[in-house]
Amino acid sequence: MKDEVDNREDRVANLKGMGCSRKRVEDARFTQGKGNYVDDVKLDGMLFGDFVRSPYAHARITSINTEEALKVPGVLAVLTAADLEPLGLHWMPTLAGDKQMVLADGKVLFQGQEVAFVVAQDRYAAADGIEAVEVEYEELPVIVDPFESLKSDVILREDLDPTADGAHGPRKHPNHIFTWEAGDKEPTEEVIANAEVVAEEEMYYHRTHPCPLETCGCVASMDKVNGKLTLWGTFQAPHAIRTVVSLISGIEEHNIRVISPDIGGGFGNKVGAYPGYVCSVVASIVTGKPVKWIEDRMDNLMTTAFARDYWMKGKISATKDGKITGLHCHVTADHGGFDACADPTKFPAGFMNICTGSYDIPTAYLEVDGVYTNKAPGGVSYRCSFRVTEAVYFIERMIEVLAIKLNMDAAELRRINFIKKEQFPYTAALGWEYDSGDYHTAWEKALTTVDYDGLRAEQAQRVEDFKAGKTRKLMGIGLSFFTEIVGAGPVKNCDILGLGMFDSCEIRIHPTGSAIARLGTISQGQGHATTFAQILASEIGLPADSITIEEGDTDTAPYGLGTYGSRSTPVAGAATAMAGRKIRAKAQMIAAYLLEVHDNDVEFDVDRFVVKGAPEKFKTMKEIAFAAYNQAIPGIEPGLEAVSYYDPPNMTYPFGAYVCVMDIDVDTGVPEIRRFYALDDCGTRINPMIIEGQVHGGLTEALAVALGQEIAYDDMGNCKTGTLMDFFLPTAWEVPNYETDYTVTPSPHHPIGAKGVGESPHVGGVPCFSNAVQDAFRPFGNTHTNMPHDHWRIWKMANDLGLHD
Amino acid sequence: MIPAAFEYYRPKDMDGVLTLLAEHGDDARVMAGGHSLIPMMKLRMADVPHLIDMQDVGGLSDIEITNDSIRIGAMVTQSDIIAHDGLSEVAPILREAALQIADPQVRYMGTVGGNVANGDPGNDMPGLMQCLDATFTLIGADGERDVPARDFYEAAYMTAREDEEVLTAVTLPLPKGGYAYEKQKRKIGDYATAAAAVQIVKNGDTCVSASIAMTNLSDTPIYSADAGAALVGTSVDDAALKAAVSAMDGDIDPTEDNRGPIAFKKHVAGVILRRAIERAWSRA
Ligand SMILES: Cc1cc2nc3c(=O)[nH]c(=O)nc-3n(C[C@H](O)[C@H](O)[C@H](O)COP(=O)(O)OP(=O)(O)OC[C@H]3O[C@@H](n4cnc5c(N)ncnc54)[C@H](O)[C@@H]3O)c2cc1C
Repeated sequence: MKDEVDNREDRVANLKGMGCSRKRVEDARFTQGKGNYVDDVKLDGMLFGDFVRSPYAHARITSINTEEALKVPGVLAVLTAADLEPLGLHWMPTLAGDKQMVLADGKVLFQGQEVAFVVAQDRYAAADGIEAVEVEYEELPVIVDPFESLKSDVILREDLDPTADGAHGPRKHPNHIFTWEAGDKEPTEEVIANAEVVAEEEMYYHRTHPCPLETCGCVASMDKVNGKLTLWGTFQAPHAIRTVVSLISGIEEHNIRVISPDIGGGFGNKVGAYPGYVCSVVASIVTGKPVKWIEDRMDNLMTTAFARDYWMKGKISATKDGKITGLHCHVTADHGGFDACADPTKFPAGFMNICTGSYDIPTAYLEVDGVYTNKAPGGVSYRCSFRVTEAVYFIERMIEVLAIKLNMDAAELRRINFIKKEQFPYTAALGWEYDSGDYHTAWEKALTTVDYDGLRAEQAQRVEDFKAGKTRKLMGIGLSFFTEIVGAGPVKNCDILGLGMFDSCEIRIHPTGSAIARLGTISQGQGHATTFAQILASEIGLPADSITIEEGDTDTAPYGLGTYGSRSTPVAGAATAMAGRKIRAKAQMIAAYLLEVHDNDVEFDVDRFVVKGAPEKFKTMKEIAFAAYNQAIPGIEPGLEAVSYYDPPNMTYPFGAYVCVMDIDVDTGVPEIRRFYALDDCGTRINPMIIEGQVHGGLTEALAVALGQEIAYDDMGNCKTGTLMDFFLPTAWEVPNYETDYTVTPSPHHPIGAKGVGESPHVGGVPCFSNAVQDAFRPFGNTHTNMPHDHWRIWKMANDLGLHD
Repeated sequence: MIPAAFEYYRPKDMDGVLTLLAEHGDDARVMAGGHSLIPMMKLRMADVPHLIDMQDVGGLSDIEITNDSIRIGAMVTQSDIIAHDGLSEVAPILREAALQIADPQVRYMGTVGGNVANGDPGNDMPGLMQCLDATFTLIGADGERDVPARDFYEAAYMTAREDEEVLTAVTLPLPKGGYAYEKQKRKIGDYATAAAAVQIVKNGDTCVSASIAMTNLSDTPIYSADAGAALVGTSVDDAALKAAVSAMDGDIDPTEDNRGPIAFKKHVAGVILRRAIERAWSRA
């Protein structure tokens, strides 16, 4: 067997390995409507379940009458908490160490809460059944404000002992969930008290929602003959779901098979466990038939995991010439009716303690108070690692506020405070060890590319023109420099409900030199089947096109914690490289045997092992694969397989520099994005095309959040943004052209130096868009105004500053 | 998001439609493009036990242009309006407005008749038709009658049309002079935060007639005769613009919603109207 291509460059190209903009292998099926999503799962005799939901945000349930519903043709059963209680399933544990009602147990705590589960022959009958269930409510006082909640006599969670500790320590009030601290309180307070300059600001990072195009759903099928439960669902963490289902149902884990089929976006919304999953499983056990549950858009927006809702109060101190000396941050976190945040268990406020950002801040302190209110539970990381968007928004706003206080250019203020290249690995005041970075280079590149000084000059002219009545449009220059913390994470400090956050890859090489690799992660559109094959191609010298990547079936894939928090490449990608290296190590021994030399006398070269100093003597990986299975080699077992479970030594810290130029119509509040430049440094770049796609998507979701996307409630706890008419999901019309750029600073501890990129653009984009709006009004006295910057709120900024006659 | 069960009918002619309407009274509704009605049924905000689809009723999809008027059949779609060459020559405001309704998918289905009969204050065509002084033709058991667009709207979802009547056509005099349809919305596919339809006639440097109607700023479209009158006889200078805006402001009555509070809507209505007048004037 001899390879067709001999030229080294051609051999490299043939692999389509790392660095190649390989076309996405998934797209053939997605663009032809041939994807297989959970709603495409159709089984014989399958039933459909759906929820009766509470119209009230806080109410006692005095009665539930299912009689009429059971008469509706096609309706087979109606489950209530009373039916689940004997099984101990009327409540379920949340990922945050709290518990949540599966079906309303005596009261409801948010509008849209699950009250009863109607099981019917099809979804139409289920919808009619829902209408016929009679529920009597006795309304209770509603609390939608976390500050009021901490003062109120109204106890939201009557199931909890009001004085007992919660999952994260002491509670100050029956509606208080936890206090979480990082850093040094007194030293920080002292530095701030004695500082030359202090800037203070309060900011609200509004509640929003990940809103994946495909909503959440599942199909549960209990096979009573063999005792096996199969659960298809929109799970971002299928193995974790299997373990949780086993723990709460008592079904042994080997009898549960969880399958995440194609997933139409997750963005954190599909990490947690929802009542729909539990009810579907119970309904399947009760009826002996498969049961499907699929959310509609309103269910999704109103009930499954929201994001953000952080009230942040900051103080930042500096010397007169702008060297930052201290940072203080307090957060009041609105978690809704149950604490169902999806964070590593020891981090109830996620990685909010990355809030010192990209700056060398010697002293800092962070305190977060979690609070119950009458809103939907959640608090997931919407396209970000745990609470990192909140942290980056906080620091990137504080920098701007400090720049105003110092009367200094905000780009310059960033420059003089960046952590320097030679300081890495850098231990931040709030504890994290940043792996690598070169912030100054990235910043200079960004500012030069956009001609920052020219933009500032143009802006100054615009202000003059505005004051002279020559224009009604202001110009804003939004800056943001972010450092992410992704790749959770080291098992020593990262677990979810005790499940360590390692990840895994298992590779099987076939005799003819192709391969299948299975991972513990699950793609929701990120293109894992494309990029992980590229990592492997470079590691094991077989073409990416000859490697199948499979994820999402717990019966076949190795255990892993799934895909969110930009962890797939940092953790599973590392496992892939490490497993590939095990393959290569065995291949080396086989090659040496075949070439009749000592193991150390052969070396790996792209797609083959060659005899050192005699490149004409070689065995290709294809030949080696065949020999591994078909030739008796003394001392070596047949076969060529490997598995790696990778426990990362540290997180990875991608960073980037973004600039947005915006023109704002002062009279209508309409912003127009003239330019958006995004420089990302995600370390080693596996597939530049996929990176660019991720950046476009993340920026678009950032634009959404900054400019209008929110989950808003009225005083009665009614959700005002339950449909896509009011919940802003940008389309091609609203999205500007993005300019992408990069620098490469590999992670020193990651096997291939990659850091993860899917979330960076969202994390860095939100403050960049927001800063652009705020910067436009800076010359007229704006210091800080809360997002979302939709038309009327931008108009109000202008109006409050007296810019309308 | 699943409607309650309903009977579906697809009559071949108007007689069939009227017979069904007579039989089922207000338990029946006609459906044109369905892009307002079906969402309401899915949200179970409209209860329609008998749904009469008008897609097979002939004779409702023509656009006829004569020397002094335009007649648009009720089932003409918004996309037909955009694509029709003759129409965009004689009444370009129709195309300009239609292009600002929803998105292409919706416009392929949504009809002129449905848009004006619906009675939703968010719809763009009612205000447009008031500006153009259109007349709606209704047919019922007792034959046909005409109602001026400016008299048609009573309150949100309440119009001069009786439950047993069907709107068959919209007729309008050939518009004269300059035009503009100006709309502010939050995103593509959104109803107006504020919209203004303006048709203006100029003689020399003087405005000789002006017609102004506003959308989504009250529970009905608002034809503001006073705003138009404020421009007539002027050179549409700053004072006249201010007078027109102020007259319009007295006629509208917006409510607060997710698009913003009342003060904002009133302000934006003024800005949008001013821009519409300026654009129409520049084209007059
Ligand atoms: C996402 C989205 C965005 C939209 N954005 C806009 C927008 O920006 N501006 C805008 O103006 N519209 C908008 N629409 C509405 C769209 O233009 C509708 O198509 C239009 O309002 C109704 O037309 P239809 O043919 O679909 O009517 P249908 O939905 O079929 O009917 C609407 C109502 O009118 C009645 N009706 C219909 N035809 C007749 C008739 N001939 N005689 C008597 N009664 C009749 C029906 O019984 C029903 O009550 C939007 C719709 C969607 C889904």
